[in-house]
Amino acid sequence: MEIHVDVRGETCPVPLVEMRKAVRKAEQGDIIEITGDNPASKKEIPMAADALSLKVVSIDENEKVWKIKILK
Amino acid sequence: MSDKTTIIVQSGDMDKIYSTLIVSNGALAMGMETSLFFTFWGLLRLKKGGLEKGPLSKMNFLGLGKIMMLKRMKKSNVVSLERLMADFKELGGKIIACEMTMDIMGLKREDLREELIDEYGAVGTYIQEARNSAITLFI
Repeated sequence: MEIHVDVRGETCPVPLVEMRKAVRKAEQGDIIEITGDNPASKKEIPMAADALSLKVVSIDENEKVWKIKILK
Repeated sequence: MSDKTTIIVQSGDMDKIYSTLIVSNGALAMGMETSLFFTFWGLLRLKKGGLEKGPLSKMNFLGLGKIMMLKRMKKSNVVSLERLMADFKELGGKIIACEMTMDIMGLKREDLREELIDEYGAVGTYIQEARNSAITLFI
């Protein structure tokens, strides 16, 4: 299953927190896609995924909006 | 290395409560356990209706400075302390209330937001939490 989390317009620490909430609710094998525009979070969500031993599947950016996909 | 963060929340100033909850929520989001030990002025923020009541630590100007700061924070999309606290609890954060401060300030459990508080304790409780923590802060 793919879970979508939209944190556009949100700033620190909400993107990280919403990512974590989604990861907690997800099942093993689910993909969590986070969409946001906070520049710091684009760096920090992969850091958090690493700390949680989750795989970052992809990171894309277009017109300052980024999408990060994480595999649980 | 232990994956735990423990913070003594001694200040009740609004900006320092923000620091506390932002660091805590970051730690929880990145997979750490987090305990907050509320003492002295910090404990007043756990009174019913007290979380958002703290003054600004600098340039409060009888509350005018705080109003201006809150306006600027809103413009930058910073969420409220209530929202940060709700996220903290949802992610499993733990809150300890200092019993000695409760005595000094004449606070009873029913004066506090008991639904947020996991434990009532003294310095020993803090040390037990902190000795197993990779990050400990005093705010």
